[in-house]
Formats: sequence, C-alpha cells, structure tokens
Amino acid sequence: MIAPTDVSPALQILLLAVLVVPALGAVVVALLPARFDRGARLVATGFAAVAFVAAALLALPSSRDSGWVAYTPTDAVPVVPWAEVDLSWVPSLGIRFHIGVDGVSYPLVVLTGLLTLLCCAYTVWKVPSGGSGRTLAALLLVLEVGILGTFLALDLVLFFVFFEVVLLPMYAVIAGWGGPERRRAARKFVLYTLFGSVLLLLGVFTVVVAAGTGDLMALAGGYGLSRTTQCVAFALFAVAFAVKAPLWPLHTWLPDAHTEAPTVGSVVLAGVLLKMGTYGLIRVGVGVAPEGAAWAAPVLGVLAAAAIIAGSLVCLRQTELKRLIAYSSVGHMGFVLLGTATLTVTGVQAALIGNVAHGLITGLLFFLAGAIKDRAHTGDLAGLGGLRETAPRLAGVLGFAAIASLGLPGLAGFWGEAFAVVAAVQRGGPLWCTLAVVAAVGGALTATYFLRLLRRVTHGPATQAVAAFPAVSRAEWLAWTPLILLTLVVGLVPALVLAAAADPVAALTGALR
Amino acid sequence: MTQAVNHVALLPLYAAAGTALLVLVADLVVGRFHLPAAVLGGLATAVCATAVPDHTATFCSGDLCSWIVTPHAALMTVLFAGLTIGVLGLSAPALRQGLAPAGEYCFLLTCAMTGGVVVAYAGDLISLIVGLETLTLPLYVLVGLRRIRVSAAGASAAVTFFLVSVVSTAIALLGAALLYAATGALHLDALTEGSGVYAPLASVGAALVVVGFAFKVAAVPLHAWAPATYDGAPVPVAAYLSTASKLGGVLALAAVVQRLDTGPLVAVLAVLTMTVGNLVALRQTRMVRLLAWSSVAQAGYILAALAAGAAGVEAAYAYAVFFVLLELIAFGVVTALRAPGEDGGDLEDYRGAGRRARWMGAALVLALAGLAGLPPGFAGLFAKVAVVGALIGAGWGWLAGVVALNAVIALAYYVRVAALLYAAPQPAGVVDPELLERATRPRVVVSRVVVVAAAVTIVLGFAPQAVFDALTG
Repeated sequence: MIAPTDVSPALQILLLAVLVVPALGAVVVALLPARFDRGARLVATGFAAVAFVAAALLALPSSRDSGWVAYTPTDAVPVVPWAEVDLSWVPSLGIRFHIGVDGVSYPLVVLTGLLTLLCCAYTVWKVPSGGSGRTLAALLLVLEVGILGTFLALDLVLFFVFFEVVLLPMYAVIAGWGGPERRRAARKFVLYTLFGSVLLLLGVFTVVVAAGTGDLMALAGGYGLSRTTQCVAFALFAVAFAVKAPLWPLHTWLPDAHTEAPTVGSVVLAGVLLKMGTYGLIRVGVGVAPEGAAWAAPVLGVLAAAAIIAGSLVCLRQTELKRLIAYSSVGHMGFVLLGTATLTVTGVQAALIGNVAHGLITGLLFFLAGAIKDRAHTGDLAGLGGLRETAPRLAGVLGFAAIASLGLPGLAGFWGEAFAVVAAVQRGGPLWCTLAVVAAVGGALTATYFLRLLRRVTHGPATQAVAAFPAVSRAEWLAWTPLILLTLVVGLVPALVLAAAADPVAALTGALR
Repeated sequence: MTQAVNHVALLPLYAAAGTALLVLVADLVVGRFHLPAAVLGGLATAVCATAVPDHTATFCSGDLCSWIVTPHAALMTVLFAGLTIGVLGLSAPALRQGLAPAGEYCFLLTCAMTGGVVVAYAGDLISLIVGLETLTLPLYVLVGLRRIRVSAAGASAAVTFFLVSVVSTAIALLGAALLYAATGALHLDALTEGSGVYAPLASVGAALVVVGFAFKVAAVPLHAWAPATYDGAPVPVAAYLSTASKLGGVLALAAVVQRLDTGPLVAVLAVLTMTVGNLVALRQTRMVRLLAWSSVAQAGYILAALAAGAAGVEAAYAYAVFFVLLELIAFGVVTALRAPGEDGGDLEDYRGAGRRARWMGAALVLALAGLAGLPPGFAGLFAKVAVVGALIGAGWGWLAGVVALNAVIALAYYVRVAALLYAAPQPAGVVDPELLERATRPRVVVSRVVVVAAAVTIVLGFAPQAVFDALTG
C-alpha cells in the first residue's frame, strides 16, 4: 500500500505513529471537559510517552541496513533513509506526504519526543498561571507534531508546511502562560519567525519550480540546478533559518521570548524549536543548494563567529537568569552554524552533536531557571545568591548544567564546540583560521559568564529570596534526571549521536567535492 | 431566425432565478416560508450545477458561446449557492425578530445569487457585466434595508456603494465597448490584443474593463467604498459583500486577464491593494472595519495571482474559494457573538469572548489563522502556497516576495484579534456579566452555519486537492 516497498510495514506504521499519536493526543486532550483538567494532562503525558517510544524504536534494524551505505557520488539518490512513507497529498501544488528518518534526523526526533514527554509530565505537576493546563498540554503536543514533521519531512514543500505548524501554538504558549510582558514578546516571536518562514516559502518554490520536484532525497546534492538558482535559494534559506536558529544579528526575538515564556515553553523553544533552523540549514540549505552554500559559507562563518562573541559578551552583562541562558543559546547556535558553514564532514557532524547537546543542556538549564524563578519569584541575579546554602541539590544540578554548557570535556557540550573549531582549522586558509581563533576565544568567554552565573547564584551569602526554598520535588527530579544522564552519556560516548550520521553527512557535503 | 437553446446547460440559472421567483411568490401569497424556500432553492441550484455535464454550451454563434459550462463554473455556482444559504442562516435571527422585511430580504439575496450564477457561466463580456450587476444591484438595497433606523450609517453606506458601483459598471462597459470597437470581439474566447492602429484602443479598453472590475473586488485605489459600506451594512450583508460579491469580481477579472495582457496594471493594483489594505488594517479598532480592510488586502493576493495571467488563474480561483470560506466563518462568528441587528462593534467588545463561547472563539481563530495563511488554517496556508508557487513558476518572483512580506504584516493584526479573544476580561463596569452572556450567546442557526463552514474548511484544509480537482474537472 505504501511506497516504497522495501521498507518493512512495521517501520512505516511506526513512522506514521510518531506523527499521528501526538496529533491525536492533542485533539483528545483539547476535547476533554474542564472537569478532567489533571486527567487530561495525564492523558497528554501518556500520548507523549507513546510517541517517544515510537520515535526511539525507529532505530530498529530495517531491511535497508545495506541500502544507505551504497552511496556513490554520482548516484541520484545519495541518502537513503532507514524508513520512509511516501504518499501523494496535493499533486497540484507538488506536495507529497513523504517522511522518513535517517542518521541526521534520528537524534533530533528522539530528543523532541523526550523533551515533549518531560514537559507534559512537568505540566501534570505544575501549570503556570494564565490558562488551563489541558490546553497547554494540547499545545505542547501540537508543537511536537510540527517539530517532528519538520525533522522527518523528505519533501521540500511538506517541510515548509510543518515548519509553519509550530508558529501559532508557540505564540499561544508564550502569550497564554508567560510572564508580565508576554504579549509583546509573543508578538515579536511570531512576526520574526513568520518573516523567516515566508522567505523559506519563496526559497522552496524557487527550487521546486526550477527542479520540478520537491523530493529532498532527489534534490540532495544540487540536482543540477544552475548556480544562480542555487545562490538565490541558499540566500533565502539561510536568512529563513538564521531567523529561526537564531543567528546574530537576527536573534533579537529570542531573549524576550525566553524571558517571558513559561518554563515548558522555554524548554521546547530552546531544546528543539531552534534546531529546526540549524537542521534545516544542513538538510535543506546545504543539501539542496550546495553551490550556494559554498558561495555563502564565508559570510555564514563570519556571522557565526560574531554570534559567538556577541552572545558571550552580552551574557557577561546580563542580570536576569533566563535572559542570560537565552543569550547563551545565541552563542551555542553560533558554534553549530560555524560547524555547518565549514561544509566539511567534521563540521557538520559537530553541528549535529552540538544541536543535540544544546537541546539537552539548555533544556535542563531552563527547567532549573524555571524552578529557581518559581521559588524565588525573581530571576534577577542581584536578588539571588547563596543557593548552595539553602538548596544544595538544586545548586548542584545548576552547577552541573552550567559546566556542561560551557563545554567541559566529558560532558555533551564539549564535542560540538571543540569540533566546530577543529573543522574551521581543518578548512584552512587565513579566514577560517581566524574564525577558529575567534570562536575559541568565544568559548573561553562562555566559561567566564557561566562561572560568573554560578558565583552570583550559588555562592555568597543567602539572600532573602532564596531563604525558604522548598526542596526539589519528585516531579522535578523526574523531569531533570533523563537530561542529566543523557548529558553525561552523550559526553562520554558521542558516537551514540554520530554513529549513524556519518554516511548521510558525507553524502550531503560530498556534492562539493 | 431561431436559435437552439440548450436548456440543460441553463439549469443552474433556471434554478437560481426560480428560487428568487419562488421566494417572491411565497411572500405575496402566504407571507411566510421565505427562508425555507430560499434555502431549498439554493440547494437546488447547487445540485443543478453539479448535475449539468461539463463542456456543454448554449447561445452560440459559430463556435463562440455566451453560456459555457466549465468545471470551475460549476464549483463557483455551488459556492455562490452555499454562500447565499450561509448568509440567509446568519440573517435568520434578525429576520425572525422583524428587524428587516423577511420577504424582500430573501428575494434580494436570491436575486444576487442568480447574478453570481450568470457571472460563473458567462461566455461574453456583456453577459459578464450584466451578471455582475445582477449580483450587486440587490446588495445596494440590502445594505440599507432595515425596519428600524439605527443610524444614518446604513443609508449613507448604501448610497456610497450605489454611486461607486454604478460608476465602475459604466467604466467596465466603456472598456467593453472600446474592446469591441478595436477588435470586434465580445466573446471571452475571442478576446485578443488589438492589432495595427487599433492596438492602443484595445489596450485602453482592456485597462478600463480591469479597472471597472477592480472596483468590485475593492482593489486599492478603488477601494474607498468598502470599509464604510461593510461597517454600515448589517453584518450578514457585509459577509455577503466580502464573499459572494468579491467572488463575482474575481471571476470577472480572471475572465479578462487570462486572455488580455494586463499584467503590469494588475500587478500594480495587487501591490497597492495588499500593502495598503494590510497597513490600514493594522490601525483599525472596529471589528467589521478590520475585517473589511483585511478583505481588501486579501483581494490583493488574488490580484497578484491574476497578474501572472493565465498561469495564475487556477491559483487565484483556489485562493478565492478558500478565502470566501474563511471570510464566511469570520463574519459568521461576529454575527453569532453580537445581538441580532447589532453592528460589529469595537474590537474591545470581543475581549475574552473566546473564553465565554469556546467553539465560536475557536472558529474565529481558525478563520483568522487561515486568513493569515498559517496552520491550523491549512486552507489558507495552501491558498498562499498556491499563489506564491504560481507566481514564482510564472517568473513573477518579485511579486511573490511582496505577497510573502505582506503576509507578515497581516499576521500582526490577525494575532491581535485572536489574542484579544482569549485575554482576561476586564473587570465588568456597569454590565452584569450574566446579562451580557445571555445577550451575546451565539444563536443556534448562526452557529450551525459557522460550524458547517468550519467543517468544510477543515476538511478542505487537509484535502485541498479536492478544490484543485474540481477547478480543473
């Protein structure tokens, strides 16, 4: 029934389930009456759990094990996914419902499933003020559908459709459950990101019209598009994804959105929503328009290095906890983009692992920031202090997350940053070596501001705000533990993320050689 | 000389005109049952439209015909009938309370539907203009038709609309006459660029026809009548103006621009229309005015597709289909949330309305999201995708860029309204919230219309191919 036939039906059903289960969950949860608010949140967690399991199971060995290794540079279909579903949807607009998973998307798919599950579980325990808990849970599930769809899409127009799905739900999460300035922040978020996605729409159709197909697998490697088309398309894609990622100087929506968003919103936003930008740049930007990517790489590299420095410098001056973490995301995404911009296998792999690591660590950091703000009722660094005295465990976890984020070897954050720099050096030439040095300096600054954060928050005399902190609840431990463990595991065994990505990445970047 | 008339091809017209007559007779003889008669007639029109075999034609001279059955004509007729039924449903509470004379109201609305049917099937410029006039003429009356004079707004709106419309018809007729003088063609299929010394004359004729029709879709700078008229009219009539009447204008424009080279003129109109519409909508504080300006802007997107000529017509039709559905939902919700006969009110009146009336709030969010071209309004998303895809495909990349940027501007006011629906209600002043609730509880008929329209929109949102298939047959 579902083409292509060499993928086992079980995997195809699993693949569909990854999208259908959360969508169904969102509908069910939204329709439950207000009386069952807590019940609805539990149901949402159940759906998220099923989706997570289904996503994790996608790595089951398929009959295609040998398929995707059989790559030759001249092959029209260089990247063959493990599992795929290909259905006709809107032929008039050239949209096929073509989804699949491979080594590049799999880690992000699992990460999305995990973070949504943790966030849903977190809402069972605590609903931020502003609206009903079940609506929030339903919106989280809708967000999951959009994000997973973006990672899974193998059709360019379908990719765009899923890219758009997340806009309004995220707006609603920020505007409905956020802080005092939520409306403005939410509006800024939605307008900025819509600006990005309309450029994506233009880029998508530039490619689809020129190539006559939207199949990402067929398009990978350029598909013989003319250099001009590729440059135009890449320019549109790059700006579109740079808004989403966000890349300095298009990042200004991010700090506001993060500061005002509720904890779960921040976690999803930083953890996986931003990754749609960096993933899109690798899969769509570099994949579809490699010549355009090569043409624009120096600019991207310079902007990425600028983002690293700018993010770090701004962080040094931040006085608000969530804002600081948000700006640190700008710096980390700078490393990811630097890795991507080198267009080497090492660089793109560094970008992929940087993506996953940032999702884990920043997700954890935002959970912690939320926990601290909920208890202290302030995120002002001046009002916090001495957390070590009153809440040693919370302080400990915060210390762990901060150190992981600054890139201590052995923890997840190290690999992405270090190898982005290595890739830039490998790329050679005065420009890339300079960028590598600048990025390394930025890395050092990252350490500076995270240590400053720790000094301000955990050390020193306990302030009034942190005096009577309730202990860390079981629900919070439940949400944090998987992230803590995975940060350690990915840090120690980065091959977990990269093992399956080598060949697809080689195929994506191979077109340039 | 007698001419063979293919009565089967004319069935939809017979059904529509028969409906109008039936309503008139029902009013004169029994004095009631206007509404059921009109609704049944509308359904019959839709059924006839789907039943008539494609590619039949009548009133032919040679191989040029004045009445041509095409797949898109059938779809548009179904849409006209559906919109008429929908607007009748929206007006039901007001008619039941006797705020407007029910017989006349239903008669005029079904007359307008008949005009719409003619526009859909017209094969020559004169039939097209006559159809368009039949579509709008009853609306002049409907805009001001009220038993109780609330304010002068209705009457002045009707007069503005009437004057502008008459002028625009005159311009379109002049254009048609010039075209005829230059090329000797009135049948749409025979329209050509003039040649030789008559070429400039033909271009002027084509431009005048386009300008005349552009009035009907309220394209900037020919839009000034729209916001005042929409706001002064009863909300259901405003709904009809911004859906059926606009659809008629789009069909007429499409008939001309796909055959004559008017690309630059239409492109200029499109850019002005969407940009001005969106920018002015940003500053509106009244609900219906905001919807009116947004509807001006939306017409700009359709015009953009039409600027690409024949290549963009299918996208323009598709956009129009999705747009009228979304617009009907939006106006339907406004009608549902207001007492019968009330105008659209200020935006502030809708604060927290989504919390009181959950389903109506959700429907309005669906409509606004669709108009902004974002999920969950998938219908609107695919409409935008169709337009942008068609423009880039036809080499009008820069216009696609303008459309895209305008979508960003438009989102600013759509989210403002949507957010307002769920904002915390302000502490009630003198108004008892319970009284307010009772006064503003959505009425059953109205909410049924909204629910049906929303259901159709959601289904088409997931299966937009159905619309494209229906358009191409």
